[in-house]
Amino acid sequence: MTIDWSWISEHTSDLTTLTLSHLQAALSAVALGLVISLPLAVVAHRVKPLRGFLLGFSNVLFTIPSIAVFVLLLPVSGLTRTTTVIGLTIYTLVVLLRNTVEGLDSVPAKTKEAAKAMGTRPLRTLLTVELPLALPVIMAGVRIATVMAISLVSVATYIGDGGLGQLFTDGFQRNFPTPVIAGVVLTLLLALAADAALVAVQYVLTPWTRRRRSA
Amino acid sequence: MYELFKNLGAWLVDGDQWAGPDGIGHRLAEHLQYSLLATLIAAVIALPLGLLIGHTGRGAFLAINLSSFGRALPTVGLVVLVFLASGLSMWPVYIALVALAVPSIVTNTYAGMSAVDPEVKDAARGQGMRGHQVLFQVELPLAMPLIMTGLRLALIQVVATATIAAYVSFGGLGRYVFDGLAQRDLVQVLGGAVLVAVVAVVLDLALSALQRALFRHRPAKSA
Repeated sequence: MTIDWSWISEHTSDLTTLTLSHLQAALSAVALGLVISLPLAVVAHRVKPLRGFLLGFSNVLFTIPSIAVFVLLLPVSGLTRTTTVIGLTIYTLVVLLRNTVEGLDSVPAKTKEAAKAMGTRPLRTLLTVELPLALPVIMAGVRIATVMAISLVSVATYIGDGGLGQLFTDGFQRNFPTPVIAGVVLTLLLALAADAALVAVQYVLTPWTRRRRSA
Repeated sequence: MYELFKNLGAWLVDGDQWAGPDGIGHRLAEHLQYSLLATLIAAVIALPLGLLIGHTGRGAFLAINLSSFGRALPTVGLVVLVFLASGLSMWPVYIALVALAVPSIVTNTYAGMSAVDPEVKDAARGQGMRGHQVLFQVELPLAMPLIMTGLRLALIQVVATATIAAYVSFGGLGRYVFDGLAQRDLVQVLGGAVLVAVVAVVLDLALSALQRALFRHRPAKSA
């Protein structure tokens, strides 16, 4: 299997467009997933009876094949970017919800009691004490969800919008490996870059964890 | 929407639908064969690797990065690539499924091994246990709950992804999804998806029951 380098140099602008579209779909899904999973995680953390239901429900969503999720959304949102983003969001929810609940669980009860004793109201405790302390675990979830979403965008190629995934269909139909190799390599590089960027974000957002590690 | 679910119900209980080489029974058996065999191969590769990394503490960097690499690898691309290289065989499907399952098993095995209290290992050594005795009699039993979680996670992913076998013209429950997609037959797609989800959930419950039966003396810690 040889790579046709001239094909790659002729298609640089196409590859750039596909990469950007790929990244946009994945990032939108993670952002949407965060917006949905944060309030749900707070509910699951505070209301114990709902916890098992919410986590169990998200686990069942995870078992549906991604191709089927995209196809099932077709009657709702058609052959559009919306379908891709909703489908991917469903997958990010599983990871984001579980990690956010675990992050909130990991905050020591004493810390919350101290905040309460100082007269901090529950909402403020959540925003200024619990969520920041849960951030390392939440960010671990965001990293997994982002990498997973980037890899899954290609599946949306079956509904005509798969970013770099279109290269797989193209290569498959023409029996031409170069676009497939380019697609796999670019997806991996994109995931690697996004993961590194998130590590940097976490480093900036959680200065207190650095001191502990160096000690 | 109601009409769709009524048709789906009819599709699922139709006796003709279950019989014959295109029937649900046969497709279900194919799907189980792909998923179980791939997970088994992955376990044979990944378990010793995870145990070795966890026991020696060497290669932890590899274990952690392997999982993120495995998640990033686009399965469709991998299937197409191996298909173009190997022609019409089951290789692409098995290679892609094994590649998907290995990282979660390795990382969970490693995580379970490194979660074992170092003092417990020291105590075992202090009693005169040798390396392999510490590994098999102390570390492995203590790491078992997390190892099982890794296997369950891998199996769920593999069952959901085995759908892809139909893309390179093999069987399994993915046939309904891809054929339905080609024929714009939503009921068939939905039927295939529901069956895959049911298989994944049932296998996960079965493994968790097995886990409870085998390790009853110790509360399973989830991670």
